[in-house]
Amino acid sequence: MICIGCPMGCVLTVSRDGNGELQVEGATCGRGKAYGIKEMTAPERTVTALVRVEGCRQPLCVKTAKPVPKGKIFEVLESIKAVTAVPPVNIGDVVIPDVCGTGVAVVATRYVRRG
Amino acid sequence: MIEVEVLVVGAGPAGLAAAIAAREAGCSKVLILERDDAPGGILQQCIHPGFGLHRFKEELTGPEYAQRFIDRVNAENIPVQCRTMVLDISQDRKVTAVSPENGVQVFSAKAVVLAMGCRERPRGALMIPGTRPAGVYTAGTAQRLVNMEGLMPGKRVVVLGSGDIGLIMSRRMTFQGAKVLACVELMPYSSGLKRNIVQCLDDFGIPLLLSHTVTKIHGRERVEGVTVMRVDERRVPVPGSEQYFECDTLMLSVGLIPENELSLKAGVKLSPVTGGPEVDDSMQTGVPGVFACGNVLHVHDLVDYVSLESETAGRAAAAFALGGGAGDVKKIPVSDGFGVRGCVPQEISAAGSDDKVALSFRPAGVYRKAWWRVRSGDKVLHKQFAMILTPGESQRVELNRKLFEGLDGVVVEVVQSEEKQ
Repeated sequence: MICIGCPMGCVLTVSRDGNGELQVEGATCGRGKAYGIKEMTAPERTVTALVRVEGCRQPLCVKTAKPVPKGKIFEVLESIKAVTAVPPVNIGDVVIPDVCGTGVAVVATRYVRRG
Repeated sequence: MIEVEVLVVGAGPAGLAAAIAAREAGCSKVLILERDDAPGGILQQCIHPGFGLHRFKEELTGPEYAQRFIDRVNAENIPVQCRTMVLDISQDRKVTAVSPENGVQVFSAKAVVLAMGCRERPRGALMIPGTRPAGVYTAGTAQRLVNMEGLMPGKRVVVLGSGDIGLIMSRRMTFQGAKVLACVELMPYSSGLKRNIVQCLDDFGIPLLLSHTVTKIHGRERVEGVTVMRVDERRVPVPGSEQYFECDTLMLSVGLIPENELSLKAGVKLSPVTGGPEVDDSMQTGVPGVFACGNVLHVHDLVDYVSLESETAGRAAAAFALGGGAGDVKKIPVSDGFGVRGCVPQEISAAGSDDKVALSFRPAGVYRKAWWRVRSGDKVLHKQFAMILTPGESQRVELNRKLFEGLDGVVVEVVQSEEKQ
């Protein structure tokens, strides 16, 4: 797999050693090692999406405040799609407090002034 | 005629950073002119995460990254005049602009910073045969439609070119409910960042067809499909390899071109390699008092480095505006050696105010386990090892200015590992 921790893009090989422990080869930093194990056990992604805004054509862009499980990406997108934001909105405002039971909030990443 | 010290053209990440740096260097009269309705530039439509890892040590979206600089511009009370199109810049730095609010204005600037960014290579530059239906978009235009205008360009999409914007838009269209059938790349490698290939294509099972290209666009009023063919080593389509994709949208992500019409009007000499102005290490072009930074200078992979480079330009523009320039100093030419394309800057000043000199370039091809180095004759100023060098990931180093003392020129080059260092 290719590490995405930084633009280096190290090629990682994750394998299980004799004791059943995951071993990461090819990483040039600690973050790469952690990424390799994470991708094999519980991969996560930060999801960004768009939310309707009342009285405004330009949608509000939002993100999950932390990465969410990769398998839940489309479920998270569906939940975000169902929401309408009401201006004014500030960067960091919570749009959904706990999306799909992940314990992660969806927050605004742009300002929207009052209509 | 309106007098300003430092006039910045463009309020994208480059212009914002340059203006802040000029103000911090002591210029009271700094002005930014921006043609869009609001500052932030193209970052405002880049709603995906991945910005600011170097700069802020956290992962921000484009609008968040831009806002940090907009907040500083506002805190410093630097005026940003939006909806203003700069029409002309003369060699003596008279800047003509037009806007609905102010009509035609002429500014006289002690220093000008060019920060106009770049634009996308369009269909017309590719000469794809076929009809000319609706549904052919550059990826950045589609990005603006989706992320800022709230519109969907289509439902079944083929992406030509694996530049970062095409990859990002493959994921965005998938997120918005479209089906992305394939990402087609002429070269045997992608010019996009690794993490974008992984997180925008691989995650969603979108095939990346390397050494393939679109050879025909079908449909009269609207795109109905495209023919894709494999190409050989000389990039010529291989007969018999035709595949037909039924789609309503073709998205192009086939390269960015620095937008330098204004630079040319100002008499600035452009590099045929980068497509941007030739500059020294203070980002000054061949025209005294005219500086350039960001994607108008050369196309960057990471906005973090745009900010750094633009701060250098802003500081130097301020020094020029306040002090009238350094006069004639010896310039050391920087040339591209084997495996190196478009090293910036093209010249290094023997006497500069910053202790550090930043050099960056794009590898000309893919080199595995290779060294790249900065050399003057037999003297190696810097060398570094890379597991892989690819054209998609530019390389950058900051060196002490002292290293360049007394040199007549330096070359930046790639050395394959077979040749022992």
